[in-house]
Amino acid sequence: MKILRSALVPIIAVVLALLVGALLIQLSGSSPREAYAALFEGSYMGWENFGTTLEKATPLIMGGLAVAFAFKGGLFNIGGQGQLLFGALIAGAAGYGFSGLPWIIHMPVALLLGAAAGAAWGAIPGVLKATRGAHEVITTIMLNFVAANMAEWLCTKVWRKPGDILVRTPLIEESAEIPTFGNLPLGFLIAVAFAFAMWYLLQKTTFGFEVRSVGLNPNAASYAGISTKRIVILTMTISGFLAGIGGSIETLGVVGRYEPGFNAGLGFDGITIALLARTNPIAVIPAAVLIASMDASASLMQFKAGVAPEITDVIEALILLFVATPIIVRWFFKNKQGEEVSFGANWGSS
Amino acid sequence: MSTQQAPLALEAEGICKKFGTLVANDEVNLKVEKGQIHALLGENGAGKSTLVNILFGLYKADQGEVRISGEKVEMNSPHDAINNKIGMVHQHFQLVPVLSVTENIVLGDEPTSKGGALDFEKAAAEVSELGKRYGLEVDPRAIVEDLPIGYQQRVEILRSLYRQADVLILDEPTAVLTPQETDHLLDVLRGLAAEGVSIIFITHKLREVLAIADQVTVMRQGKVVGSTDPKETNEEGLAEMMVGRSVVLRVAKSEATPGDTILSIKDLNVLDDRSQPALRDFSLDVQKGEIFGIAGVEGNGQRELVEAITGLRSAVSGSILMNGKEMSGSTAREISEEGISHIPENREKHGLVGPHSVADNLVLNRYFHSPFASRGIRQTTAINDEASHLVEKFDVRTASIHNPARTLSGGNKQKVIAARELSHDSELLLAAQPTRGIDVGSIEFIHQQLVNQRDSGVAVLLVSAELDEILSLSDRIGVIYQGQLVAIAPTEEFTRTQIGRLMTSGSD
Amino acid sequence: MNSLLQRIIRLRWWILTFLGIIAFTIFAGDFRLDPTTAIFAATLRHSTPLVLGALCGMLCERSGVINIGIEGQMLMSAFVGFSVTSTTSSLYLGVAAGLACGMLMGAALGGLTVSLQGDQIIAGTVLNIAALGLTSFLYTPGETIHSKTPRIDIGPLADIPVIGTIFFSNQPLTYFSLLLVGIIWYALFKTTWGLRTRAIGEHPSAAETVGVSVAKMRYLNLIIGGGIAGLAGAYLSLEAVGSFERNMTNGKGFVALAVMIFGRWNPVGAWGAALLFGYTNAIQTQFQFRGWLTGHPQFIGMIPFIVTIVVLAGFVGKARAPAAIGQPYTRE
Repeated sequence: MKILRSALVPIIAVVLALLVGALLIQLSGSSPREAYAALFEGSYMGWENFGTTLEKATPLIMGGLAVAFAFKGGLFNIGGQGQLLFGALIAGAAGYGFSGLPWIIHMPVALLLGAAAGAAWGAIPGVLKATRGAHEVITTIMLNFVAANMAEWLCTKVWRKPGDILVRTPLIEESAEIPTFGNLPLGFLIAVAFAFAMWYLLQKTTFGFEVRSVGLNPNAASYAGISTKRIVILTMTISGFLAGIGGSIETLGVVGRYEPGFNAGLGFDGITIALLARTNPIAVIPAAVLIASMDASASLMQFKAGVAPEITDVIEALILLFVATPIIVRWFFKNKQGEEVSFGANWGSS
Repeated sequence: MSTQQAPLALEAEGICKKFGTLVANDEVNLKVEKGQIHALLGENGAGKSTLVNILFGLYKADQGEVRISGEKVEMNSPHDAINNKIGMVHQHFQLVPVLSVTENIVLGDEPTSKGGALDFEKAAAEVSELGKRYGLEVDPRAIVEDLPIGYQQRVEILRSLYRQADVLILDEPTAVLTPQETDHLLDVLRGLAAEGVSIIFITHKLREVLAIADQVTVMRQGKVVGSTDPKETNEEGLAEMMVGRSVVLRVAKSEATPGDTILSIKDLNVLDDRSQPALRDFSLDVQKGEIFGIAGVEGNGQRELVEAITGLRSAVSGSILMNGKEMSGSTAREISEEGISHIPENREKHGLVGPHSVADNLVLNRYFHSPFASRGIRQTTAINDEASHLVEKFDVRTASIHNPARTLSGGNKQKVIAARELSHDSELLLAAQPTRGIDVGSIEFIHQQLVNQRDSGVAVLLVSAELDEILSLSDRIGVIYQGQLVAIAPTEEFTRTQIGRLMTSGSD
Repeated sequence: MNSLLQRIIRLRWWILTFLGIIAFTIFAGDFRLDPTTAIFAATLRHSTPLVLGALCGMLCERSGVINIGIEGQMLMSAFVGFSVTSTTSSLYLGVAAGLACGMLMGAALGGLTVSLQGDQIIAGTVLNIAALGLTSFLYTPGETIHSKTPRIDIGPLADIPVIGTIFFSNQPLTYFSLLLVGIIWYALFKTTWGLRTRAIGEHPSAAETVGVSVAKMRYLNLIIGGGIAGLAGAYLSLEAVGSFERNMTNGKGFVALAVMIFGRWNPVGAWGAALLFGYTNAIQTQFQFRGWLTGHPQFIGMIPFIVTIVVLAGFVGKARAPAAIGQPYTRE
């Protein structure tokens, strides 16, 4: 019952967004019914389509987890894009850079190296916030741009295969690949496992309690002896780690190499998903699958209903708008035991 | 005194106001005559602030009427109230700290020169003039945050007088004043009343009601329980009206049996948030089994002292020895583990994590110890057992230990904090403003707890702005003034006036 | 004379930095007059959207509302201004449309944060994401406008060597942004509007209890600020580049926030900071001309962003934001 009640707001938000989206589709001259039918078909009809949806959902789950985990600690991580990017890049480098290793070693090592890269990229704004009070919204966004530039440089100068015209890393070794079982990607299962792990970490461990306490009331948390600086740094590091895993899985399980320009906007998707899920790690899974299904069917929608693929961006922005609008939230959450999300309160304070 | 024939300066009739399910005002009536000093008495949570906020247009009443000089008025905002010549001096000053005295006073009603520019010189002159006229002189160019609290209050009062208030409401004005400043304020108020300004004076201090009020209206739990001339009653009578039962005005305690020194602070120098010295060469010894009260006007270093002892603020120099062990420089957690408990002065900000459950808040200082956690994993059964036990022992009124702590009343929140801090094996208890803003029942309870702690051998360091609390609980008193301890002696050796002078000027 | 000397001594590090930058620029300009002048002129131009964005942020934050949606406001206005000009062939209408678009978005931010009491960071982020999505969706590549806004030389002043080229030979919005710095400075610190704005940003209830409507003033500031951000967007598409492309703001809205913080929420300080950041953009081009770091253009591209981070990390802890920002204000 409680779960149903919490799901009410996101469901209403999605429905409203789809309605407004339908209006926009109508205005642009296409048929909403055809468009949404294509949407459903492209994502869920047939195991292959469903498998693609799950595959696309995987980096979204990790991105959503990254943002949600940071939210719990009172931090707004908009740097998922950059952290994920580094994860993808380093995993790609580790994937092709080592040869002769058995899969059981190579794949996890590549995965974890990518994750470590993401973690480091998340740690930087964490340290800056903890020690200098620099607001993470700006630093993470700036680092996104820096990451994009740096990744491009690394691909051009350091890791490009001689003779390759395109700016990208070479294909990874087979021993680094994350396989797909039939149509079910192992990467998806890894992501789901992380979602449950994060839920457990937050709700059942003392560390998770500390993260949540700092997120809800950093003053009381320090009075209780919790080192807020330490928690801020660790929270951003873990957040980056999660995003890094997302990027690594994308490289090792889907693309097979790092190519700049992939996953544009994944960072923002992470925010939408985290808010849709009300920062609950388990709820991130269905939220990610929903958004993924829209991305998976975007081209089918264009093909079958003539709708520009960017309509999904607009619908996602609308979802975010409706989810974030607090009047709806307040109305439904009068007595909810739980945590309203508020970041503005920490701006300008160190 | 009052003239019976003239229309009432202000009359409120049948005021009702609910916040959700909480009834804050229930058919409240108030009659204030012109030039009358009318006290509004009641304990915390009785509904006094709600009523005056309605009178000032900050809240809108659900039902009821307000009449000024016999005519009904609608008040939808402070703007309307000001137009009706009602002024308010708030308990928490409504002043912009970084602006000057003049800017604060004329805000919203600024004298202008061409181009919409503020005519500062003209405004400053007007402010000077106003201050002299009412005995509330302040430097018009001073920045408010640099002023001592007594002077800030003058600015707050002048804000209303600048707008020619006929009815002046003061919400707990003496909470932050020394006895001498209180006397001065009461004189100012008498002067205003003589000029025909009607004064509504909210307080929970019986002594003041008897000293100054022409009439007192007593509220309890949202209702008016009586309205009378203070001359016809006494402190006990008023207290009984206020609480509904006979009240113990002084906590019963036996003679203290102090033991060894447990906390020894020597030559401590601490800076405040603006890098100014807050504590200068501060030294103090507290013994086991005694209650040491620190009296002082807020802003003289008490907050920084408490933060330095609990590890939330680092000292520039000096030492803090607990059982002979140097604590200065340790983390808050280490200090807590060493045996120091702390009831913080701001329970919302520092004492509780509102959205966390009552249970989680009850173990906030020990959640990482066994049995509440084992190898990093929280043990919910142990936590819940302890929470249930503490809720019963400390009489915390809550529907469930799993409810968020923010749903509790002020008094119960304070009890949660007290329960948590007093169950932690401690040798030193720091209590900062422990009974601020809570109901009389909870106040009695917490006072008794503090005495119990003392009797069981704990050293209690009490910091409070309520002089009565310090006088009734402490075995020894120290007066803090501008970061130094200017007097220290057993309680019996002090008089109220003496302490007042020490608090105001550092010497008697 | 004495106090002037004291001033110089207090500001010695700034003055040294300024002189150092001039020296470096001359070096980068290969010790020739034209390239050196060009760099400084470019600095002024590049700083225009930043100073406008910072002024927008400042009006909002001084009244207590965080606006991280400046990026979205600029992007959307750039698009709207561009579209209107391309349809009507009128640059004036385009700029006006950009202005209106910014104002509308400011009002929307007001609706979300003041009326609905939503979290200000989330509201700003929503504006950003919505702007990115909508502009990408609505933009059809291939639309063009006939020309950018014309350069206006201010008579004989423009003929002064170096100074004339830098300051008196610019396009209209650039001139306007310089004017605006002065106007906002005066308004904020000398008028009653400015006093009330600053009051509600520091202690909103203090203002409310003397009859100033916090909600109305915040709306006003958000709308005016939004308009200014709209002009910044119009500048990008109609004055600087002459076309629109997806995500053309590329983080400038956030750099504007850093400029505002660096400038300590003061218009003149923000202008100085904007010049500094504009300089990092201007010098990028010169790096390419001089062939420095060729083969590594990505590092040049990183410069503005890294400088932003360094500035933020170095300064925000020491700069004091208006005390009441980030919290929705409610009377009850």
